[in-house]
Amino acid sequence: MIREFSSADILFIVTAVRWTLILSAIAFAGGAIGGLAIALSRSSQNRVLRRIATGFIQVFQGTPLLMQLFLVYFGLAVVGLPIDPLLAAAVALTLHASAYLGEIWRGAIEAVPSGQSEAATALALGYRDRMRHVILPQAMRIATAPTVGFLVQLIKGTSLASIIGFTELTRAGQIVNNATFQPFLVFGTVAALYFLLCWPLSLLARHLEARMRRALMR
Amino acid sequence: MTEHAIIMRAVNKYYGAFHALADIDLTVQPGERIVICGPSGSGKSTLIRTINQLEPIESGTIVVDGVELTAGGENVAKVRKDVGMVFQSFNLFPHMTVLENCILAPMKARKVSRAEAEKTARHYLERVKIPEQADKYPAQLSGGQQQRVAIARALCMKPRIMLFDEPTSALDPEMVKEVLDTMIDLAREGMTMLCVTHEMDFARAVADRVIFMDKGRIVEENAPAEFFGNPQNERLRNFLGQIA
Repeated sequence: MIREFSSADILFIVTAVRWTLILSAIAFAGGAIGGLAIALSRSSQNRVLRRIATGFIQVFQGTPLLMQLFLVYFGLAVVGLPIDPLLAAAVALTLHASAYLGEIWRGAIEAVPSGQSEAATALALGYRDRMRHVILPQAMRIATAPTVGFLVQLIKGTSLASIIGFTELTRAGQIVNNATFQPFLVFGTVAALYFLLCWPLSLLARHLEARMRRALMR
Repeated sequence: MTEHAIIMRAVNKYYGAFHALADIDLTVQPGERIVICGPSGSGKSTLIRTINQLEPIESGTIVVDGVELTAGGENVAKVRKDVGMVFQSFNLFPHMTVLENCILAPMKARKVSRAEAEKTARHYLERVKIPEQADKYPAQLSGGQQQRVAIARALCMKPRIMLFDEPTSALDPEMVKEVLDTMIDLAREGMTMLCVTHEMDFARAVADRVIFMDKGRIVEENAPAEFFGNPQNERLRNFLGQIA
């Protein structure tokens, strides 16, 4: 039974945007915590920590996000947790974001001139104070533009959660298309909504990058 | 027992196969001003960087103000609190104002209150003659001013020993003097100082002893008059001929 693509369908798709946003926010927040841990481990003196962090990054950058989603989704059952698409998507995207943000932030930490760390060390500041007050504030400036750029990737990446049955924006589109069979119209709407989410962020990233370049030239 | 400011015994340091410091023996008395010179790659910067363990060493003993640095652990932090360092490239924290640069370490490493730290900072900024720049960012200052801030920042920790690693090498010629004058003031007040520098006029004016290094070794050390007037070592004579 095929019905028309109606305003109710549009409303259904638009309200699904909130799940895309919620999933992106969870993955970004979790990825920020995980990414910081990875970045600090990767740039630390401790060889074991460095190895673990490097391995983590290699695994998550070297496999498709879709496989990670599948593995986490079916893995939940293996460890005795309920199979819940939101939980699975949130965990998989968090791990994915941790790997990428960790690598971006490691680069930013290492881009801070070594003299900064030396000066802080010579002033008797310990590791925590060096990182917190001297290195990370400078690394954050360097990392802001690529971090926003990655957030755009992450938002688009949440569309894969549709495949494990989580009803975010893309899945809402599929549901509506199955009933209306107007794929061009339906997925055109879905794509437009992604664009509305991502485009301002892309502009922001470009703006931040330009500001950063000016600051460095000063 | 007279307490020595610094004792280095049989210190060796390698970068891979490169012997950066070879059997260094050096004793520094409190209040002594020492200038270290030598060709690039001779190990002079490495030498002073071992004194606050910015460079770890492979063998030997370093005792600073009675604390054995090479015993490691707590001792390293203890020594770093008492040893200030000024770098060739200033290394001010660019995201902090001059005042914030000066109060960070006293507050975090010495646990001094903010009010107390600011008072100390303003005092030393006054002494390096830039009190009016306290609220500016490093990038807004000239090279000479930045280096004077770096000296003030180190002094805010109230160190007993100051290390200078080519403090004027990155400066435009017209700014060298203001930094050297600041260092001369500091020397006159009795600070124990080790300076790696090629400013031989500075060495003549304030040094108690001048050390010449080559290939990781201390080749010659003497009072300035003797060091410049009657150099014994061939390589030192060449070196002095080149920089004069």
